[in-house]
Amino acid sequence: MTNKRIDEPTGTEFVGHEWDGIEELNTPLPRWWLYTFYATIIFAIVYVVLYPAWPMIDRATAGTLGWSSRGDLAAEMRAADAARAGVVAKIAATPIEQLPSDPQLMQAAVAGGAAAFKVNCVQCHGAGAAGSPGYPNLNDDDWLWGGTLTQIEYTLTHGIRWDAAAETRSNFMPAFQGSFDAGQVSALTGHVLSLSGKAKPNATGAQMFADNCAACHGSGGEGLPAMGGPALNDAIWLYGGSAADIGKQILAPRHGVMPAWQGRLDPVTIKMLAAYVHSRGGGQDPAPAAPATQAPQIAAK
Amino acid sequence: METVVKRLGVWACVLMASIAAIALTPDSGFAIHMGIVGLVAVILVVATATSYDPMARVQGIFRMPPGPSRYDDDPIRWGVIATMFWGIAGLLAGVFIAAQMAFPELNIEPYLNFGRLRPLHTSAVIFAFGGNALLATSFYVVQRTCRTTLALPGLARFVFWGYQLFIVLAATGYLLGISQGKEYAEPEWYVDLWLTIVWVAYLAVFVATILNRREPHIYVANWFYLAFILTVAMLHLVNNLAMPVSLLGAKSYSAFAGVQDALTQWWYGHNAVGFFLTAGFLAMMYYFVPKQAGRPVYSYRLSIIHFWSLIFLYIWAGPHHLHYTALPDWAQTLGMVFSVMLWMPSWGGMINGLMTLNGAWDKVRTDPIIRMMVLALAFYGMSTFEGPMLSIKAVNSLSHYTDWTIGHVHSGALGWNGMITFACVYYLTPRLWNRERLYSLRMINWHFWLATLGIVFYAASMWVAGITQGLMWREYGADGYLVNSFVDTVAALHPMYVLRMGGGLMYLTGALIMAFNIAMTIAGKLRVEAPMGETAHDEAADRPLPPLTAEPAE
Repeated sequence: MTNKRIDEPTGTEFVGHEWDGIEELNTPLPRWWLYTFYATIIFAIVYVVLYPAWPMIDRATAGTLGWSSRGDLAAEMRAADAARAGVVAKIAATPIEQLPSDPQLMQAAVAGGAAAFKVNCVQCHGAGAAGSPGYPNLNDDDWLWGGTLTQIEYTLTHGIRWDAAAETRSNFMPAFQGSFDAGQVSALTGHVLSLSGKAKPNATGAQMFADNCAACHGSGGEGLPAMGGPALNDAIWLYGGSAADIGKQILAPRHGVMPAWQGRLDPVTIKMLAAYVHSRGGGQDPAPAAPATQAPQIAAK
Repeated sequence: METVVKRLGVWACVLMASIAAIALTPDSGFAIHMGIVGLVAVILVVATATSYDPMARVQGIFRMPPGPSRYDDDPIRWGVIATMFWGIAGLLAGVFIAAQMAFPELNIEPYLNFGRLRPLHTSAVIFAFGGNALLATSFYVVQRTCRTTLALPGLARFVFWGYQLFIVLAATGYLLGISQGKEYAEPEWYVDLWLTIVWVAYLAVFVATILNRREPHIYVANWFYLAFILTVAMLHLVNNLAMPVSLLGAKSYSAFAGVQDALTQWWYGHNAVGFFLTAGFLAMMYYFVPKQAGRPVYSYRLSIIHFWSLIFLYIWAGPHHLHYTALPDWAQTLGMVFSVMLWMPSWGGMINGLMTLNGAWDKVRTDPIIRMMVLALAFYGMSTFEGPMLSIKAVNSLSHYTDWTIGHVHSGALGWNGMITFACVYYLTPRLWNRERLYSLRMINWHFWLATLGIVFYAASMWVAGITQGLMWREYGADGYLVNSFVDTVAALHPMYVLRMGGGLMYLTGALIMAFNIAMTIAGKLRVEAPMGETAHDEAADRPLPPLTAEPAE
């Protein structure tokens, strides 16, 4: 180059072009930059040899390590299963009602159930199992279909109103739309509320209740878990406890559905889920008349 | 007169077609879009038929220097105003959706829910703010480095206004629920077709101007602009291949399905970052940093090597967005190793920008615009290190689907794209409007520190949030079961989401200070303040070379 001009502050030669006052220096590539670039290229080549990388005609090169992401996942799952195998086998061999007699095993079952609950149940019952309108709270002692370990396990296995399962729990409250006029609905609602002390008793409502409702809900509204008849004498309401909510439910009842988990989850997981739900605070003992006393009850709603 | 009649005829046809489409379509969102097109046609009919010139009127309001400027700078002035306007709009949308993440009650159904506002935010900042900055600076830089005026000046104006129509159609479409569900490519088929026309016109203006150049060589900034325009055209065309359900409705179906669709989408998505937000903005850097510093570019050789290696390697790196998915292992491997190799080519741009300050480092202390540029380059370097690192599969297994990714893109977008754009707009405004200087250089300091702190809050809270999230998802208890449910992780992130919103609010505040500063500069006001370092502008030298005249034969 004829005009070998040197940039004063850096002592570097100019290239010689100029655009709108911008010139360029002829600085060589920084060595550290170049060698790091080479190093990443060498890393890439080595990685491509070791791992599945290069597409060929009908498949890609497998890599000399024989690694694949599917194989990796399968190995991790196998290792996790192996670590749990002993406890799982023991839970499988223990009848569910005998789980509480082995506190260590019960604790393992509750932990496994808690994990399965977070994946499969929180969508409806909530992360803390507290439910929401239409989805039962599992932390209280109010059980639609019974709260012993065996009953909970049955409900989980076969579901509620789950048509695909032959032995599913099922009942249907009739709709009284057209049978009752507004005054009758109001009287009946008043009686239902009086069962939990929220309204004054009235004779019309009481008579209607005895004629139409007591068969499933019990004469005092105490519920009939064997038939899935909800208790009406407590402060726990699945579809809301205001007079308007109750009136709506009398005229056009909603019928919640829970899937049957048999076939989706293995029997041990269902057993662990039952243990977890039972442990939430309201689990009942097998003895029929015993009230739930395990833990402080959490008032719902 | 004949051309007036012809134009009137064209606009009237557009108007009739849009009215017919509104009448015939069963799709209310499509009808509203055709209404917008019809409104544009009405404005054009009125402006053509009467002597009323809305452009001249608005140019008066914005005090644009009258008469033919020596370089064709009108579209650039419009572009600077549009950059500021869309920038504020996009940042505002960003702060609002950040607030929605922390306080879900703010989801106002259906038009202002997160699902519709999120693409509004991303498109507003990338395509409206970034896109207008690229349009304006590319027209500015190509004229000056080629020492010639814009070729096809009419087409250049069409590019600017056509691009604004694209933005309006895209943004209103999101709010109306019109989306093809491809990230960063949400607009439906007819908006895509319109953008294609605008983009081809952009390419034509840019290439024709380069062909008209009065310099023997093409400056490096123009290589980057050209790579950006060409590659974005290719990406846009392929990723948006789709079959409309009806010519009178918004809905269309993609030509790709399943994992092929995912790979095409991330080939597009990654290179939208690579060519729109990296190559295009490196072009801005290559002109405005040496101009503001008054120093020669550090290394011509480095610019060649890092340009070609960046262009070659970037296009293969997309599959790293699909690690541990149904994408075959071999494609994931290639996506990862190309991303790792991309590290040094990306850093080449940072080195060339920062080292250009050799011999002028004192300006970082005295010149707030240079300080902004240095910060932009530092964030560029940080993001382009973080990117290859996140593409490594072992790291990605922790970071993928977490807020770490959000933090990563924002340290790039706020730190690199935002700051370099702000610096360029600060550089351009006094020169474009023939003002003595900016209204206030000291207000740039306020902007600088608010923005820097905002980015720090944003990026740091998202790092913490992302790593927390990743660790909580994979946490196993001693009994061999997962410990957390998804909603546990959401609850754990709440404080980080509030901090992120605060960071975004600071960044927005900085941009509002800038908007005021720019508006006052355009209005011709000067704030009385102690002077700061600034780069002198040689008005007399800022002109194209005279037209070539044939030498008389001897």
